[in-house]
Amino acid sequence: MKECLGMLLAGGEGKRLGPLTSENAKPAVPFGGKYRIIDFTLSNCANSSIPTLGVLTQYSPIMLNRHIGTGKPWDMDRRDGGVTTLSPAIGKHGGDWYSGTADAIYQNIHFIDQYNPKYVLVISGDHIYQMNYQSILRQHKETAADATISVIEVPWDEASRFGILNTEDGLRIYEFDEKPAEPKNNLASMGIYMFTWSTLRKYLIEDAENKNSSHDFGKDIIPAMLEDNKPLFGYQFDGYWKDVGTIRSYWEATMDLLDENSGSPISVAREDMSKQIYTNEANLPPHFIGTSGTVINSLINSGCFIYGHILNSVIFQKVLVKKNAYINESILHPGVCVGEDVHLERVIVMENTEIADGVRIHALEEEEPIVINQENLSEYVAVREEIV
Amino acid sequence: MERMMGLINLEHEHHVFNELTYFRNNASLPFAGRYRLIDFALSNMTNSGIEEVAVFVRNKYRSLLDHLGTGDSWDLDRRHGGLFILPPDWNDPTDRSLGDLSFFHNNRDYFYRGKANHVLVSGSQFIANTDYKDAFKRHLIHDADVTVIYTDVDTIGPEHQAYYRVETDQDGWVTQMTNDHRNPNVFTGVYIIKKELLLDIVDYCIAYNYDNLFMNGIKERLQELKVYSYRFEGYHAFINTTESYYRENMKLLQEQNFLRLFQKPFIRTKVSSNPPVKYQAQAVVNNSIIANGCIINGDVENSILFRGVEVSEHSQIRNSIIMQRCKIEEDVYLENVILDKDVHVKSGQRIIGTKEKPYIVAKRQVV
Repeated sequence: MKECLGMLLAGGEGKRLGPLTSENAKPAVPFGGKYRIIDFTLSNCANSSIPTLGVLTQYSPIMLNRHIGTGKPWDMDRRDGGVTTLSPAIGKHGGDWYSGTADAIYQNIHFIDQYNPKYVLVISGDHIYQMNYQSILRQHKETAADATISVIEVPWDEASRFGILNTEDGLRIYEFDEKPAEPKNNLASMGIYMFTWSTLRKYLIEDAENKNSSHDFGKDIIPAMLEDNKPLFGYQFDGYWKDVGTIRSYWEATMDLLDENSGSPISVAREDMSKQIYTNEANLPPHFIGTSGTVINSLINSGCFIYGHILNSVIFQKVLVKKNAYINESILHPGVCVGEDVHLERVIVMENTEIADGVRIHALEEEEPIVINQENLSEYVAVREEIV
Repeated sequence: MERMMGLINLEHEHHVFNELTYFRNNASLPFAGRYRLIDFALSNMTNSGIEEVAVFVRNKYRSLLDHLGTGDSWDLDRRHGGLFILPPDWNDPTDRSLGDLSFFHNNRDYFYRGKANHVLVSGSQFIANTDYKDAFKRHLIHDADVTVIYTDVDTIGPEHQAYYRVETDQDGWVTQMTNDHRNPNVFTGVYIIKKELLLDIVDYCIAYNYDNLFMNGIKERLQELKVYSYRFEGYHAFINTTESYYRENMKLLQEQNFLRLFQKPFIRTKVSSNPPVKYQAQAVVNNSIIANGCIINGDVENSILFRGVEVSEHSQIRNSIIMQRCKIEEDVYLENVILDKDVHVKSGQRIIGTKEKPYIVAKRQVV
């Protein structure tokens, strides 16, 4: 028996990330110079002693499956438990795609039952934050709750963009408000749920039988539990938390990494051994900064050769930046090659893109950062030249 | 099928790096920003298609064991074969073996059990990025008993003194191995030998109370054995003195050398979970090799920084090697210096060595 089992939802497409997720699930999108987005939640599990984990995949899962592998980087290559990737499958009674977050868990009830856990942690693989899930479990036990939902205070004027939890004293939840026009509270759900398994199991089965349900935790399961007056509590989190669901927020969260005072995970991990971030490491040589290279306020990973100028940028592994290239506020994914005299500003360059000498691409400050890959590069360069 | 198994024999490597080898053996000496010397021999073996490697190591091996682990970084965590670290431990009262013969004698099982019928033997001090597939092919074509791998060095230095020089006839058969310091054909310490013959030589050496398998069993019996030579061409280094250690590190700061040593397939080493390097607002970095986990806010030129080094503002580092997790406070000046792991240099210090004799600070010192 396991006390607490983790279920990590990693099937989302992440449509709003545009080309970044055209062939790749959102949790597998590269982030932070050497990681993928899902590494942050996987590392949280590793650092919270939650070594038994189901990862639910659906959209474009190849990269994700390969990245997670046996779970070794997160110490999840265990004989007992460890990590299991759970893709939709057919069985004796047929099968179907996961039609919602709750349905994904419902379809894997048998997986959870084999471990007979007392509690189930439901998290998603598309947020950047560091949390010790043992604290939410502790509060869940103390309050004898059926569900504990992690919440974060958001500015009042932004509250209507979030799923808001209306609470009484002691953070007992009486109402869930999805994107309220007139918010009554500013505590937003972070999509992190701790459930008592026996209760959740019952609600999942009931929900699956309800033809009108959208099979979603926020829209269906939580409201149903509230309806029955079950004890649901908020768990207040006050660290760094960022949804990287859009190109702009992906870029902003990356820029946060360069600001040591933002509390974002990489600078925290440097100071605190219990908050390390683990990933499937490439075994590459250290990077080489040539005599003509300069680097200021940036992150650079191994296997790079830098002969140009890098400012306020994040550079993944195996990137080559040639002489007199100038890169500002940009993100270069693994294997990118930047030619001589190239200027990039507020640009995200996707894996293995080769940018020819002299190309200039700038996104203006009010514009969304530009995402470049080998396919759209030529059309992009052409369009820009016409404008000039 | 003809196959090779690997053996990294550290028994006759002397620990001559002073401060740097007080607490570790040569094989685990850090090199080139994130490697240990043994990574090169190990990677070259696995890149040659070898699936089982034994390491003969007698002492100061704590850091080596920690580094090698299960061998998974080199894909040597195998159900069959894999990595065997064989320290000397035996209780046979009739055992008369001496020197490295005691390793061979007491670990015969390693050779018996392996499916391979040839053994590739190497030390840790010859550094290259290569595979020995071609050498093995020639070894087989010529049906050699032993094939010794040598290289033609441009400039003979003190680091080559410990190695035999190879003399051959026109067809490449070895006629003599000498200490002739003018001969640029330096034996790399790497050789391929038929497994059955290796085990016979072990018996022979023990029977005659010899203590050095290669010297007594092969080099002194060149007339009886079919010893072929294979010339290695490519970027390489011999590292067995502090001077050669420093010079060979510094040589990698010339880009073409770095590229020749670090081309695909890459040398593999133990992975860690360090974040990418953070360059801060006042960072000035020029012609340097920087490993992950560093935080740089000072001025670094012609230097090699290992993982997790911190350089504070207004500090200058020139022609230096700074090992893992060193912390350099503000207004420090370092030139021609080697800092071993975990050294903490306090604010305002100036440490200057010479190119010929770099100033070495031992592990975990506060200066």
